[in-house]
Amino acid sequence: MTAVLFGITLVASAGVGVVNMITAEPIAAAKEAATVAALNEVLPAFDETTNAELTIDELPITVYTATKEGVVSGYAVQTMTKQGFGGTIRMMVGFTPDGEVVNVNVLEQSETPGLGTKMTDEGNPLITSFKGKNPADMKLAVKKDGGDVDALTAATISSRAYVDAMNRAWTAYKNVSAGIAPADAATGATALTEATAESANDEPEAQKGDRNE
Amino acid sequence: MNKLKIILSGIVKNNPTFVLVLGMCPTLGTTTSAENGMGMGLATMAVLILSNLVISLVKNIIPDKVRIPAFIVIIASFVTIIQMLMQAFVPALYASLGVFIPLIVVNCIILGRAEAFASKNNAFDSMLDGIGIGLGFTLSLTVIGAVREVLGSGAIFGYSFGIADYMPLIFVLAPGAFLVLGYLMVLFNKLAKK
Repeated sequence: MTAVLFGITLVASAGVGVVNMITAEPIAAAKEAATVAALNEVLPAFDETTNAELTIDELPITVYTATKEGVVSGYAVQTMTKQGFGGTIRMMVGFTPDGEVVNVNVLEQSETPGLGTKMTDEGNPLITSFKGKNPADMKLAVKKDGGDVDALTAATISSRAYVDAMNRAWTAYKNVSAGIAPADAATGATALTEATAESANDEPEAQKGDRNE
Repeated sequence: MNKLKIILSGIVKNNPTFVLVLGMCPTLGTTTSAENGMGMGLATMAVLILSNLVISLVKNIIPDKVRIPAFIVIIASFVTIIQMLMQAFVPALYASLGVFIPLIVVNCIILGRAEAFASKNNAFDSMLDGIGIGLGFTLSLTVIGAVREVLGSGAIFGYSFGIADYMPLIFVLAPGAFLVLGYLMVLFNKLAKK
């Protein structure tokens, strides 16, 4: 009895192991392709990126600095929040070198379908509130809370979470674009704790680890 | 004819959702749209066919006392393998269904069919049973998803009618799942009796 069960688990784990060996590489490649696709969607034209990893409010944030022919063409911030109605929301936010929001791409969310999930739609109120604007000129809060951001109908919690993630992206952008150590950086609405920044220049291609899950 | 009956019984007489009332967790949770319901149904069908096939092949060497853990190991392995294959080769599909895939392991339809059918019948019939029950599950979930999507967000298979703002939102939320499931169950059983 024990031997049979042992045999079955042995065969099963060997099977899973073999499939893992076969799929490990394609999975990594697919994740990398997804990161590159997300970067392309939120950034102006670029030919190279370097990344820096920060920790803001104990959440890991990655800033990709995109350069075209040696000149900085934009910054993409992979930001996140845990304030969503369904937990974690991850977004990629693109900034021009001046700090204007190019585009926002929601990478991962588990909001209520039909309500909070509208944050992924094109031309939703949240994205139009940010696109083409400089967060320095606006109050980063939803209108209900006295800010300048239009919330999604019937999804105030999701909208607040979205703004929270944008806030963090903006702080990260300011830190990296100013080229100062994040610990000394002037903080916006979000407090900066335990910031770590790695040298942004030692990896020519952006994909250091899988930050894309 | 007999073989066809096995498949048909999974769709009508033993419909897992409306007659057996199995696998309610994924049914209620994933049917917020027709597309999600169908994706969940198809992924479950793939696991069901494979696990039914393998379990009916090894049923004679598994002692009765440990059959449940043995079945669960087999089912969980297939789910993991399918998850990894999807992640590697169809990342777009994985992105939209990813959260539902691990749920298949705890779907009692699969263990239920392993117990009730695959452990008593030959491999070919078990596979047919997997196809039948899988189709029944997929069709039910697609219909529930479609009804909820039309009523709740004014769209079908993601194609919007542009009336989303006038639709009762409750149908895409949890209470709507129970309402739609209940009424569809009545309708199905009334029609199936005839």
